Amino acid sequence: MKRLRFNQQEIVFAVFAVLFLAFSIFLRGFLTPENMLTLLQNVAVLGILGLAMALVVIGRGIDISLIAALAVPPGLVLQMVQNGHSLPASLLTAVLLTIAFGLINGWLIAYAEVPSLFATLATGLLLAGLGQAALFQLDVVQWSDGMKGFERLGQGTIAGIPTSIVMFAIACVVVAFLLRQTRWGAYIYAIGDNPYAARVTGIPSRPIIVLQYVVAALIGCFAGLVMAASVNSMPTRIFNSTLIYDVILVVVLGGIGLSGGRGGVLNVVIGTLLIGTMLNGMTIMDISYAGQNLVKGVVLLLAVITDSFLNPRNEETAQQGDI
Amino acid sequence: MKYAVRTAKVIAAALGLAAIAAPALAQQGLDEPFQKPFKESLAGKTVAYVPVAMNFDLTEGWYAGMKKELEPFGVKFEIRDPNWNTNAGAQAVTSLISEKPAVMVIHNPDVQTYAKLLQRAENEGIYVIQINMGSAYRSSAFVGANWIEIGEKDTEAVVKACQGKSNKIAVVQGALSAAASAYTLKGVENVLAKHPEIKVVSSQAADWDAAKAKAITQTVLKQNPDLCGIVGFWDGMDIGTAAAVKEAGLTGKVFVATSGGGERKGACELVKSGAFDLNLSYDVPTQAAQMAGTIKWLLSSGAKAGSIKGSEYTTLIPITKENADSQTACWNLGDLKK
Repeated sequence: MKRLRFNQQEIVFAVFAVLFLAFSIFLRGFLTPENMLTLLQNVAVLGILGLAMALVVIGRGIDISLIAALAVPPGLVLQMVQNGHSLPASLLTAVLLTIAFGLINGWLIAYAEVPSLFATLATGLLLAGLGQAALFQLDVVQWSDGMKGFERLGQGTIAGIPTSIVMFAIACVVVAFLLRQTRWGAYIYAIGDNPYAARVTGIPSRPIIVLQYVVAALIGCFAGLVMAASVNSMPTRIFNSTLIYDVILVVVLGGIGLSGGRGGVLNVVIGTLLIGTMLNGMTIMDISYAGQNLVKGVVLLLAVITDSFLNPRNEETAQQGDI
Repeated sequence: MKYAVRTAKVIAAALGLAAIAAPALAQQGLDEPFQKPFKESLAGKTVAYVPVAMNFDLTEGWYAGMKKELEPFGVKFEIRDPNWNTNAGAQAVTSLISEKPAVMVIHNPDVQTYAKLLQRAENEGIYVIQINMGSAYRSSAFVGANWIEIGEKDTEAVVKACQGKSNKIAVVQGALSAAASAYTLKGVENVLAKHPEIKVVSSQAADWDAAKAKAITQTVLKQNPDLCGIVGFWDGMDIGTAAAVKEAGLTGKVFVATSGGGERKGACELVKSGAFDLNLSYDVPTQAAQMAGTIKWLLSSGAKAGSIKGSEYTTLIPITKENADSQTACWNLGDLKK
């Protein structure tokens, strides 16, 4: 089983390599340092979100509410600053809101034992609705003078590398550290692999799961801040877009099984690179919107088919994967 | 006989006096015969408003503007917010048809989805006013921007800015099926047909999404650093386009033309900052006033729904550095809501 999973990651990497090579040879202007940076820059936010999703999926959950965490707290920061509050106070409020949101998610899933899919589907709607009804004046919250300087989180470069890529790299390091170096990370793998066994061996499953959703929400909020800084506004209706599917696509393509317990940061990076390469190549080729959707759909289908060949459903996995 | 003549004279004099005195009498007031039926035709009527979504400058502006004009006459102004969900919108329109408001004000997400429903509504005797984004069905009235004209004017400006430069331009479209995007693209094509020297290096849909617009523009600019202009389809989305241009250090070198409702933060401020070089405003408060005017006229006319059909295209206000500072080029949503 393990050997097969390793293969899936390998196959996705091979697809990425082939695509990359083909684009490099046939697409003029693809293999330039500038374009490589743009490629990464365009998927940096998606990659950060992928990390948050990976954390949850490894613990055998899923977080559909991630886009709400991306849109609402950062939107609140922009709105509060627009209304005359100071930037630090606004940031603090947003972080507190995010933590509260993560706690609610975690509590519902760990203690009330609501399946993560339904719990986060509902809480995501709740948070997005709260934002629209009570927090924002308009869907697109504009940048204001009080935010001056903060745009550097998503614009400009650090040592020649666009800031959003640096932010993605930082997030990668932090999540890799959490997963691989801390006891908490080891517990997540254990819970994802077999929650009942984990509980029997004395791992405090419920608090760990709660913490997992809090961290995911915080990473989502961070991704949102990078995005807002990058486009100089927060288009909060992104909650209604298909972004969450792209995030799941990154995680699944990268080879993190939805049944939990496996995968890591490297998988997210590979998934993100594949999506980035596809989008970048198609944009250079000026492929129409419908054509791009078609290609994305075909690749997703191929990934799903490959996955079901390499990890055939048996009684055990059928019981495991609730999603 | 003499007596009769005298009597006639007295009567004539009295009549004459009366004629002279008439203006004096009029100072006591003369009933205007048309305002009462006008008021009666509006009082208690329901007007239902179905935008593609609330919470953005255009739809909020129309709502505030219409409400201000209609509610003092006792019109019930209802809103159904599909929140960007076309299905929810179609359901809202369907249920409205059975509720029979007097007027439906419809903002179409695309040219097809509501077309049949709107026809049914007019057959049921409901006036239908389509705003800014029309459908394939022509109803009692269309009030909104002429997208073809917007596409033409934006492209002409970009072509002009490109003179003597690389002649390479990019087009950032909205959502493909929306009337605003498809018709604007036609306008772009109309102008490009006259300028074979212009080369479109990219023409892609960003789905009204600023982040997507930024990603596309970034890639295009890396491939074509000598790009001389971009035709964007909506300022709400082109914040992203402009951010990419700014990040590439090409502000002022790449001419960015776009269009929008002309709200101060989204239009004038961004033109002033140099993000947009041209923003064609369709001036939402004026549009709202025209919508309200059309509703008043339709209700008071007594015309059968669907028996008359007309259009009111908005006069565009080009916002450039020259007028972005003026008080009148843009409007504030906060003021309109007061």
